[in-house]
Amino acid sequence: MGEATITVNGQARTLHDATTVAGLLATIGLDLRKVAVERNEEIVPKSAYAITMLADGDALEIVHFIGGG
Amino acid sequence: MDSAPVTDTWSVAGRVFTSRLVVGTGKYKSLEETAAAIAASGAEMVTVAVRRVNLSDPGAPMLQDFVDPKIYTYLPNTAGCHTAKDAVRTLRLAREAGGWNLVKLEVLGPPPHLYPDMMATLEAAEALIRDGFEVMVYCADDPVAAKRLEDLGCVAIMPLGAPIGSGLGIQNAAMLSLLIDQTKVPLLVDAGVGTASDAAIAMELGCTAVLLNSAIAHAGDPVTMARAMKLAVEAGRLAFLAKRMPRRMGADPSSPLTGLIR
Repeated sequence: MGEATITVNGQARTLHDATTVAGLLATIGLDLRKVAVERNEEIVPKSAYAITMLADGDALEIVHFIGGG
Repeated sequence: MDSAPVTDTWSVAGRVFTSRLVVGTGKYKSLEETAAAIAASGAEMVTVAVRRVNLSDPGAPMLQDFVDPKIYTYLPNTAGCHTAKDAVRTLRLAREAGGWNLVKLEVLGPPPHLYPDMMATLEAAEALIRDGFEVMVYCADDPVAAKRLEDLGCVAIMPLGAPIGSGLGIQNAAMLSLLIDQTKVPLLVDAGVGTASDAAIAMELGCTAVLLNSAIAHAGDPVTMARAMKLAVEAGRLAFLAKRMPRRMGADPSSPLTGLIR
């Protein structure tokens, strides 16, 4: 694949190589056990991180738990 | 001699709890203070919010490092969601992040009251239950809406005592009593408690438990207030179980009127 532009938490990001969700999380430096990922409004199960390829135009949300009432 | 039940537990969605105080994890000065206050409160269940990770600081400490989800039952909320769709999306992410299906649903109207939007809450509750969630629901002290939520399958009904974060205390004791009488699932007062006596009043009315956040987090000394809340909830619960004396107009002397010296 060539360059792909995706959106992560509302920010545009350019991918230069074929990248999986697992690869992206590792690049960002996140602890996989503490986050959840949604891709184009569908949950990506942790078990699928390594096999889910990102494509041009994908919109990702990466969330975690924070303090709340 | 202690005539109070030895084990006075309550349960929701198959989980059993000893503490009748559920606390939020928001509004603290630091994660250290959050952890200390929650420990002092004796709570076994804590509410949490679901938010975007800060991509520019991915190594920042996370709530889970300070409030261990193996020790505390996390109750993810839908704070900030204004539609059923947003609530379902948020809690699906929460379920994936934590693996739980026990959630707190709250769909709020606009400021300044942030009053529960019952139409949207009913719609979201239905969608979440269909998706396999066990829903503890923040609601108005409206017996008709609360009954609908219970009939839909919500596992706990959680009316407000006063607006969220107001600290105004229990402003609706009569309505809460009506709700307590009609509700078969656990009923928690969620929102409005400002200080320890408010929590005690809620428990004396017969609530199953009390959920609060600001009253501890915004106290001058949160850790001490957390302990006060723990004791107040216990005291209120014991007073409810003990059944208070009847109110009467006029005095009734405590000392005998016979045997007085002449």
